[in-house]
Amino acid sequence: MSWYYIEGILILSGINLVAVLGLSLLTGFTGLFSFGHAGFMAIGAYAAAFATMKLGMNFYVALLFGGLMAGIIGYVLGKLTLNLKGDYFIIATLGFGEAMRLILDNIQYFGGARGWPGIANYTNLTNVVIINVIGIIILVNIINSKHGRNMKAIREEEMASNIIGIDVFKYKLKSLMISAVYAGISGGLLAHYIGFLQPKMFQLIKSTELTIIVIFGGLGSVTGSVVGAIVLTALPEVLRNVKEWRLVLYGATVVFIMITRPQGLMGGKEFRVIHIIKRIVSKLKAPLNKEVS
Amino acid sequence: MKRRISLLLVLIMILSMLSGCASGTAGGEAPAEVVKIGWIGSLTGDQAVWGTCEFNTVQMLVDEANDNGGWLGKQIELVGYDTKGDSLEAVNAVKRLVGQDKVVAIVGPNASGQAIAISQVLEESGVPDIATVATNPKVTIDENGNTKPYNFRVCFIDPYQGAVAAGYAFEELGFTKAAILYDVADEYSQGLTQFFEETFVELGGEIVAKEAFKFGDVDFRPQLSKIKETNPEIIFMPYFFKEVALSSTQARELGMDAVLMGGDGWTSEQLLEMAGSSVEGSYVVNHLDFEDPDVQEFKNAYTEKYGSAVELNGYLAYDAFKLLEEAVLKAGEADSKLIAKALESAEVQGITGYIRINKDTHNPEGKEAAILKIVDNKYKFQMKYSVDVE
Repeated sequence: MSWYYIEGILILSGINLVAVLGLSLLTGFTGLFSFGHAGFMAIGAYAAAFATMKLGMNFYVALLFGGLMAGIIGYVLGKLTLNLKGDYFIIATLGFGEAMRLILDNIQYFGGARGWPGIANYTNLTNVVIINVIGIIILVNIINSKHGRNMKAIREEEMASNIIGIDVFKYKLKSLMISAVYAGISGGLLAHYIGFLQPKMFQLIKSTELTIIVIFGGLGSVTGSVVGAIVLTALPEVLRNVKEWRLVLYGATVVFIMITRPQGLMGGKEFRVIHIIKRIVSKLKAPLNKEVS
Repeated sequence: MKRRISLLLVLIMILSMLSGCASGTAGGEAPAEVVKIGWIGSLTGDQAVWGTCEFNTVQMLVDEANDNGGWLGKQIELVGYDTKGDSLEAVNAVKRLVGQDKVVAIVGPNASGQAIAISQVLEESGVPDIATVATNPKVTIDENGNTKPYNFRVCFIDPYQGAVAAGYAFEELGFTKAAILYDVADEYSQGLTQFFEETFVELGGEIVAKEAFKFGDVDFRPQLSKIKETNPEIIFMPYFFKEVALSSTQARELGMDAVLMGGDGWTSEQLLEMAGSSVEGSYVVNHLDFEDPDVQEFKNAYTEKYGSAVELNGYLAYDAFKLLEEAVLKAGEADSKLIAKALESAEVQGITGYIRINKDTHNPEGKEAAILKIVDNKYKFQMKYSVDVE
C-alpha cells in the first residue's frame, strides 16, 4: 500500500473524528440526537476559509474562529429548539442542517453552489493528530467533570435529574454548543485539506454518517468514537476493489455489526492501556493465588 | 455465537484488505509492458447513469486498443474507481490511483466539483487528468487566473454553453422575452443561468422572470405559475433530464405554450420517454449531433456490447480517451509528465468535433455547439452554432 494514499485516509479519518468527538458528547453522553451537524461543519469550514483566505489570519486562529462561529450558531439554535423533546429536536436539527446548506448555495460571495476553489492547504497529518489529541483530552476532562456527570444524568433520566436540581436546559445547551465547536473545527480542517469547498459536501448524508459513526463506535464511549471514525472512514476505501457493490457491502457490514453488537463496538466501555495491563497482571497472579490457597 | 460471528466478520475485513494489498503489489511488480491509466467517476449515487456509461466506454476503447497492439507496443490496463459523486471520495480515489496503482494519466471525472478538488493531488504527483463533462471554467484555471498544469478537458465550458443558448434564442429564433427556471442547489444550473442571462441581456433581450427550485423538488407549479404571468416566449431550463421531464409536463398542464430550451443536461434518451409530447419543439444545446454518420459506428458498437443506449458522457469519454492516446503516442513514452506536456498541444479528431487543446486554458479551442430540436420525440439536428466568448 502506498503511504501517500494511506496518509490521505488517515487525515480524513482524523477530520471526521474531530466532528465525531463533539457529536459523541451530544449523542453519547447527553442523549440528544442530531441530524444537522454537517451544517455546523459547513459554518466552520466557510468561516475558517474566509478567515485565512480573505482576512489573512493564521491557520490555527482561523480554525478557532470557525469553531467559535459554529458554537455561536449552535447556541442560538439551542436556545430556540432545545425545549423540544426527543424526535422534535431531531427534526429541528435536520431542518437546520439543510437550511445551512441551501443558504450557502446562494451566497455568491463564497461561490454559491459552484463552490469555492483555491483554499490554501494547511492541514496535514501532524496537525490533525495533534488537534485530535487535544480534542480528546478536553473531551475526557469535560466528561469526568461535574458538567459531564450532569450530562450523563440527563441522558439516563431527564426528569429525575431535573428534580435533583440539574438545570437540564442549560446543560443540554452547553453540550450542543461544545459539539458545534468541535464540528466547526472539523469543517475548518476539511476546508484546508482539500482546498475546495462546495455546499454539496455538507448534505444530510454527512450528518447521518457522523451519527452512524458515534452509534457504531458505541454510545457513551470516547474510544469507541475513535475506533468508529477510523474504521468507517477506511472501510469504503478498503472495499474499493468491488466497484459498484462497494456501498452495498459497506451498508451490509454496518447493519451486521449493529445486529451482532447492538451496543456498538465499544458499548459504553473505554479502552485504557492501564486497565488492560492491570487485568493481565491480575490474571497472572490468579494461578499463584490459587496455589497459595 | 455473536462473538464468533463478529470474529468472522473481522477476519473477512482483514482478508479483503490483504487482497487489496496483494492486487496492489502484483500491479507494482508487473512487467513494464503495461501502460496503466485511471478513470474516476460516479458508479453509485445520483449520477451513476452517466458514470457507468463513461467507464464502459473507456473500457471498450481500452479493449479495442489492446486488440490493435496497445500503445507504444505495450498493453493498456484500465483502473477505475467510484467517487459516488463526492469530492472527498474523488480525492481519495485519485490518491489511490497515483500512489498505489501508479497510473500515468486519468480520465474523468464528469462533475466540476470533483475535478476542481483533485487538482491539488494531480499537481503533487504530476499526473495529468482529462475531465469529460466538467464545464466549470475553474476546472483548468485557478483563482488567480493561472492555468493548472495537470488539468485538461474535452468539453466546452459553462459561459460558452450559456452564451450559445442565449445567442441562438435571440438571433436565430428571434425571441426577446425569456424566462429562466433553475436549480439553486446545483453548480451547473447556476453557471448556465448566469451566462445565459448576461448574454441575452447584452444582445438586447429581456429576462422577464427568473424562478428557482431546489434539487429533489417534484412540484414546479408555483414557479411555473409565476413565469406564466409574465408571458415569456421562451423558457430556459438549465438542469438535468429528470427535473426537465417533470417541469415541462407541469408547464404544459398549466397551459403554457412557450418554447423550452435547455443545455446538455437534457440529452438523455430517458427524457424522451419520461416527458413525451411536452418537450416537443424544444431546443437543446449539445456537444454533438447524435445522428451524425461519424458517430454511428461508436454508438452501435456500444449498444451491441452493453445492450443500452450511449449517454452523452460516453461520447466525451470517447474523446478524452482519444486525446490521451494521441498525447501518449506523441510523448513517445508512458511518462506522466511527458504526457502532460504533450497534452498541451494535442489535436485530435473526436466524435464531438475537432479537439485542439489551447495551451493557455487547457480547454478545447473553438469547439462548436450542436443545436438539437426535439421533433416527433427524437433529437433532430438543426445547426452547428458558435459564439465568441472572451
